[in-house]
Amino acid sequence: MTDKLARPGAIRTEGVQRHFRMGEATIRAVDGISLDVAAGGFVALLGSSGSGKSSLLNLLAGLDRPTAGAVIVDGRNLAEMSGEELSRYRRLRVGMVFQAFNLIPTMTLLENVELPMRFAEVDRSRRPELAREALVRVGLGARLAHRPSQLSGGEQQRAAIARALVNRPSLLLADEPTGNLDSRTGGEILALLHELNAQFGMTVVMVTHEQALAERYAERLIFLADGKVVADQAIVPTSRGGTGGATGVPPVSGHGQDGHGTPGKVTL
Amino acid sequence: MKAGDLVELAARNLRESVLRNSLTTVGIGVGVASLVAMLSLGIGLQQLANRRLERSGLFDTIVVTSRRSLRGFDRRPQGNGPPPAESRALDENARLEIARLPSVLEATPDIRFVTELHYQGKPQLTMVAGLPPSAGENDAFENIQGHFFSSGTADEAILQIQFADDLLGVHPKPGDPSPKLNADTQALIGKEITLSYAERMPSPQTSADKSPAGEKSGPPETSPGAANGAGEPAAASFSVVPREKTLRIVGITDQDPDGIRGASGARVFLPLQMVENLHIMLPSGMRESAANFSNVPSYLSLSVRVKSPNNVESVQDAVKKLGFNTFSVLDATRNLRRFFAVLDLFLGIFGSLALTVAALGIVNTLVMAILERRREIGIMKAIGASDGDVKKLFFAEAAVMGLVGGILGVALGWSIGRVINIGTNIYLRRQDLPAENLWSVPWWLVAGAIVFAVVVSMISGLYPAARAARLDPVQALRYE
Repeated sequence: MTDKLARPGAIRTEGVQRHFRMGEATIRAVDGISLDVAAGGFVALLGSSGSGKSSLLNLLAGLDRPTAGAVIVDGRNLAEMSGEELSRYRRLRVGMVFQAFNLIPTMTLLENVELPMRFAEVDRSRRPELAREALVRVGLGARLAHRPSQLSGGEQQRAAIARALVNRPSLLLADEPTGNLDSRTGGEILALLHELNAQFGMTVVMVTHEQALAERYAERLIFLADGKVVADQAIVPTSRGGTGGATGVPPVSGHGQDGHGTPGKVTL
Repeated sequence: MKAGDLVELAARNLRESVLRNSLTTVGIGVGVASLVAMLSLGIGLQQLANRRLERSGLFDTIVVTSRRSLRGFDRRPQGNGPPPAESRALDENARLEIARLPSVLEATPDIRFVTELHYQGKPQLTMVAGLPPSAGENDAFENIQGHFFSSGTADEAILQIQFADDLLGVHPKPGDPSPKLNADTQALIGKEITLSYAERMPSPQTSADKSPAGEKSGPPETSPGAANGAGEPAAASFSVVPREKTLRIVGITDQDPDGIRGASGARVFLPLQMVENLHIMLPSGMRESAANFSNVPSYLSLSVRVKSPNNVESVQDAVKKLGFNTFSVLDATRNLRRFFAVLDLFLGIFGSLALTVAALGIVNTLVMAILERRREIGIMKAIGASDGDVKKLFFAEAAVMGLVGGILGVALGWSIGRVINIGTNIYLRRQDLPAENLWSVPWWLVAGAIVFAVVVSMISGLYPAARAARLDPVQALRYE
């Protein structure tokens, strides 16, 4: 088990909590989630707004610290890391993709993709080549000198994926990557993520609203509500990538509703 | 993040909001310019004063008089020397002894006498003074028409403008502006003038030119000052012979050389060595001769030039020990320096005020930039920038603004200085005063001002940088 946990991209959370104080009230955004994600897995976090899926993703990304519990990635507990170690973790282990793409508008695609390499202190002479490679990989080889505003949403998201990939992270975290895209483009983006997951063996954790798309590409769906896991189901491998859905899809439509799946920990 | 990337990102961020950042940078520039302008004015004035004082010769000159002259400047015998009648004569031997003292550049006799000069057959009575070659640096000869003596022994003369006007027959009425150098006076240069003087000659039997080689072999019974001429009788006699010498006018000055004591009030200046060689009968020589009957020239007073004003005191003491009275203007420069230190301080404080305002401008600009670049900071953190990287980036932006502003400010300050200098000189010229350089931007002020601008900018960047680093990426990236 320890070996498995230490593999690049393996994730385990142990009773992780993230509470926010809002005046008198305490909001339990993440309220005791224990999960195991094997290295190289493709997991979709589903749930309505406020279910805590983005908060959980931020904890996995090392952008936020848990109020209690442990978040263990590659065998190290993020909750115990210093700020400097966390930034190092984000720099080298994690790639992030956002709903709003979050490219820097004043930089060309090439410069945007080079940016993580600046922080990672990659040799200056190697950066353009690596950035170009990453952009070619996501199908933007002809758009290197364009600025984000000159591209469509799908292209921007591809560029963001290239930026997330360029430091070869073991973990790719995507927060609603299709939220700003039409369904066809969203499908293309997920297909790309799926390809990269298969090609590089990086673990992908994706937050999404779109269950249908998630079912097509993810290996596992984890449903959250009120900061808790309400359902956790594996997708039958044969059905992946096709048009079909998973078996026993739980309707996640409200708060506090128990999913139909198997709550608790499921190891793939 | 490496320093190169830091500077690159900072520069690109600055270019993005170019108007705001330029205005801030110009603000720093103006601040630095005012600082540079104030300080260089202070330094320039100080240098001007120092230069004037040094060239006036007042502060590095000691006047040595014999105690016998009874004309000590404080009218009291200095030290516990022998009574005047028994004290040493201020003669050539004493001069050589003083000239050999440490830190003494030269000891020159003050030769000044009233005599008659003939120009185009007309006699003119005036005061004549001998000047050592070093007097050429005196500010009286700064704006000389013509040139200073070509050598210490040249048969040349420099006229004071009033005397030149006398020669030209110009007689200003009282209330007229002081005479000026003009084409008329220019015409005098190269003309000849005849000096009438009384030569003091050894008595006929030793009238042949004495060779200096005989100096050391004087008979023991002669006084130390009279060791002149082997086989000469102990009590030398001399005669006074009227002579004339033709001199060429080489220069005309419109000022009095104040610092050269022996020359003040004189209207015609001659090379000192040449005058000495004439063996002119001077009043002091008369008195000395009456007491001594020696053929060694003796002097009323000597001007002793020392290396720097700091040496004045020690040389004065040494000269007093030799048995002479001394006089110098001491400590005045020290007070002057204190005054300028205070002046610089105040000018610097006023200059710094503008820089303080500029520093607040940097704080404002960077705080605004944080608000504007919230999301960008969040993105950078999400893709791996540490708090330190973000902090350094804002620091670098502040430093770049400071550097550019500093360079701009130095250039601006320098230009302001030039303009003020030109303006002042136009004013001075209208007032018929010589041009002055009252502006000085030494290299250390340039470097110091730029470094100061960068440091002030970085201090201004402290708070914004810390704020940017503290920014919570989750908050910053929340989808709006």
